[in-house]
Amino acid sequence: MATAEKPKYKVIGTRPIRHDGVDKVTGRAQYGADVRLTGMLYASMLRSPHAHAKITKIDTSKAEALSGVRAVLTSADLPEQGDRIVELGEGAVNMRHLSANVLARDKVLYRGHAIAGVAADNIHIAQEAVKLIEVEYEVLPPVLDVRKAMKADAPVLNDDVRTESLGSHPADDDNSKPTNVAKHFVFASGDVEAGFAEADVIVEREYTTATVHQGYIEPHNATVQWNADGKVTVWMSTQGTFSARQQTAELHRIPVSDVKVIPMEIGGGFGGKISVYLPPVAAGLSQKTGRPVKLIMDRTDVFEATGPTPGSYVRVKLGVKKDGTITAGDAWVAFEAGAYPGSPIAPGCMCVFSCYNVPNGHVEGFDVCVNKPRTNAYRAPGSPNVAFATESVVDEICEKIGMDPIEFRLKNAAKEGVRRVDGPVYGRVGMVETVEAIRDSNHWQSPLEGPNRGRGTATGFWFNCGLKSAATATVNYDGTVSLLEGSTDIGGSRVSLAMQTAETLGIPAEAVKPTVGDTDAVGFTDVTGGSRVTFATGIACIEAARDIIRQLETRAALIWECDASAVSYEDGGLNGPDGARMSFVEIAGKLHATGGSIVGRGTSSEADQSGAFGTHAVDVEVDPDTGKVQILRYTIAQDAGTAIHPSYVEGQLQGGVVQGIGWALNEEYWYDDKGSMRNPTYLDYRVPTCYDVPMIETIIVEVPDPGHPYGVRGVGEVPICPPQAAIANAIYAAVGVRMRDLPMSPPKVCKAILEKRAEGNGAS
Amino acid sequence: MRDFEYEAPTTLANAIAVLAKNNGSARPLAGGTDLIDHVRCGRLEPDVVVDVKKIDELNVLELNDSGLRLGAATPCYRIYGCPEISQQYAALTDSCRIIGGIQIQSRASVGGNICNSGPAADSTPSVIVLGGICVIEGPGGRREVPAEEFCTGPGKNVLKPGELLVEIKFPARPANSGSHYRRFIPRNEMDIAVVGVGASVVLDDSKENIVSARVALGAVAPTPLYVPAVGDAIAGQPANEDTLRKAGAVAKELVTPITDMRGTAEYRVHLTGVLTERVLQAAISRARGEAICTKIGH
Repeated sequence: MATAEKPKYKVIGTRPIRHDGVDKVTGRAQYGADVRLTGMLYASMLRSPHAHAKITKIDTSKAEALSGVRAVLTSADLPEQGDRIVELGEGAVNMRHLSANVLARDKVLYRGHAIAGVAADNIHIAQEAVKLIEVEYEVLPPVLDVRKAMKADAPVLNDDVRTESLGSHPADDDNSKPTNVAKHFVFASGDVEAGFAEADVIVEREYTTATVHQGYIEPHNATVQWNADGKVTVWMSTQGTFSARQQTAELHRIPVSDVKVIPMEIGGGFGGKISVYLPPVAAGLSQKTGRPVKLIMDRTDVFEATGPTPGSYVRVKLGVKKDGTITAGDAWVAFEAGAYPGSPIAPGCMCVFSCYNVPNGHVEGFDVCVNKPRTNAYRAPGSPNVAFATESVVDEICEKIGMDPIEFRLKNAAKEGVRRVDGPVYGRVGMVETVEAIRDSNHWQSPLEGPNRGRGTATGFWFNCGLKSAATATVNYDGTVSLLEGSTDIGGSRVSLAMQTAETLGIPAEAVKPTVGDTDAVGFTDVTGGSRVTFATGIACIEAARDIIRQLETRAALIWECDASAVSYEDGGLNGPDGARMSFVEIAGKLHATGGSIVGRGTSSEADQSGAFGTHAVDVEVDPDTGKVQILRYTIAQDAGTAIHPSYVEGQLQGGVVQGIGWALNEEYWYDDKGSMRNPTYLDYRVPTCYDVPMIETIIVEVPDPGHPYGVRGVGEVPICPPQAAIANAIYAAVGVRMRDLPMSPPKVCKAILEKRAEGNGAS
Repeated sequence: MRDFEYEAPTTLANAIAVLAKNNGSARPLAGGTDLIDHVRCGRLEPDVVVDVKKIDELNVLELNDSGLRLGAATPCYRIYGCPEISQQYAALTDSCRIIGGIQIQSRASVGGNICNSGPAADSTPSVIVLGGICVIEGPGGRREVPAEEFCTGPGKNVLKPGELLVEIKFPARPANSGSHYRRFIPRNEMDIAVVGVGASVVLDDSKENIVSARVALGAVAPTPLYVPAVGDAIAGQPANEDTLRKAGAVAKELVTPITDMRGTAEYRVHLTGVLTERVLQAAISRARGEAICTKIGH
């Protein structure tokens, strides 16, 4: 921990055992795949073998005739959506596109695109039946690269997509015919031309990043019962029960209150378990059969049809004075949306210069459809792509002007009062503190010796969001509290929410028993995403605890026969007139005699976060003959505001770094020219294993966020932003090659080294 | 996954009879680490799965003066668990230690690896360079095939319907010999070879000169590839850097790799040279009684 001067907390900052720990380590925790209901059917999906094709005919008759098959569902069974845009928490969604992604209508837009579902007595019959569905395709040429998809002669995926101009001049965007370019953003500030004219050194470089997947271990799943009374129950793994409820209801055009989503434990999401794929299909099959239907993806389905995060092309130009002061920045960013519009191009454009005070800036961004699965959120969506570019350019600039990269960052750092190119002015943020923490770390201060070794650094930013949460807390007469909240627990949020409740009430974390409620049990709560749960659902829990305190004070006033204003709650108990004192446990024991249950209620909707920064340092060793990069040492310093449960903050930091390392070094969707992903398994889609990463050293910096009672900042997303550039910068320091295309896999690094050697030989 | 019958004969004769009766539609199951995945994913649809782990002959692991007998179903952990085998047939145990993780190594067999006949099989180059002979039994009797002739294409080999690989026989190791297997993978474990190289060398009594060498390459041709020309090029040469460089250059000329998600053809050719040098160097060190670095990632 780096920052001193914080209030003395009793619970916050300690490391209690998580409430769901025993269930998780003993295997008793119930995941979606564990759901078994009486009379349950098993379903399987038909998926497109083509990356781009028109569907001219679907004949399901042979599948329906197979013994043991109970129902077949195609897009013809789902209601038409028309031109509806629906707000779904983290963003607005075009319902026609969402529906066509769940079950393709007239076209398939990527390999693995769902076409039909079959429910049968067992999974083997369902799988056999899928093979009996006859589909006639008119195969079309696929387009798999963002820049190719932007060209005038590129195959166009969606007839209904025209360029939406946001900040750009509409006259610049040809809207006379369908296009793959769904959005065109422009952000500008200051006078860019003058800014570059002022610069002594200008560096402009191009970068590409491959399509990568969130890589959660647990595949998507859903079990749905559509009752005779029209009420639908969904058991599933999701990041947001209310979002899943809304999507399922909207896709079937039934009232949201007719759908209940029961969250099962979740084996990872990272943004990829917000959009629904399976519940509408299982619901349709259940409606047809009257029986519960279970649908689970296999790993190939997960890779081919869910996630991923966009492949991208980013060009960044930065101008600085000799003393290192940034004078201007210009960026051109194009993200692959996948099959339907909706890449995180907006946050990408906002993040590209977010770590620095860029007085004159221009950012242009494009959301572009390609024949890959429709992209979804992945940990700080859009930010790692652009951070790779900007943080690499910064490293080149530092080399050119002979400035230490730490000094450069301290000089130009985003801080309170700095305006981002897209407009907002920063509040109290902790970038400077994270850079200083790295500078002062044992890692940065230790020499790195040996051939082919190098050290790199980079900084990253993510906004974090607030959105809406709800919680209720019920006092039990044994002195404990049952906490019911709506955020599905991905990263240990049950414990961090229980701890904030406990801190507010002045009782032990173990005395609060957290439960994640279903959509009928708890108030509307937005998705577990945007690093918002510990912050926003935390506020709801604190509010619920404060509501309890108000009620306890009234009860105590009854007992002490005084005015409630003469009672105060402090340090886990009530103070009354004449030094009277009653602990939380004591007053809880008198609940039934003083008026019955006490239920505290809390919500959060207005609060917003000030954003979070992290700075990383990495040492690598490069095998100069094979191009393989080993991570020798890695340190992350990140502003957590106030770390509620430091172990889970460290876990988020380490997890984000490991995913960043995978993205940097080996992860990529490897496509053949027909648009088939050739590595849809964990054998060939190479996420790092424990042999590939050292223990990630963590430094928790605490610059409290003024928007939260205890100063919490979200921590989940920022850590994935800097690793790609930090590692690229370290590779340069090790072997002198600048890697500008992700992943920096052994063949690419080897090629760059061999080319550099050849140049060296040519010169001598 | 389609339904199949399961048989677990306890004698070789019964196993051959079951395999022969189901002419071509039966698949032997040893460790199952390939077969189960093939069946689960629908790449293979056998009518009968014949578990061969209960047959004594296929579980032999016997080291004596005339060499090593390795039953086809013997799992990897038993092989590297034997210090004498690890010492004398080091390339074989190098392979067995890096095939999958511990769970896989507890079931996977060297016999199954060669019968699956993948071009990137990690143990096959080692079996080849150590002079392994495949002992095959079938309805027509027993025959022997040198390991380098066993695989005939990706997923294809010399086994005829009804035939079963019973064991692999290795000759006794000559004096002043050493062997090694190493693969290049982008990760440090749990990965498929982009290129794999096995080598065995025999040095003279001075331990300065190479008497003979055998090199085999994985993942650079339709089958694991024995490259006698590499051995020929360095036999009789001093065991030094120049010789190793020559070996690497010769090896690069002999490979015909493809470009796929695991690496480009160009990169595989380059790696063939790099790994051939490194693996021969390690085999030479072992022949000299020196320890080699087997650190993960190196």
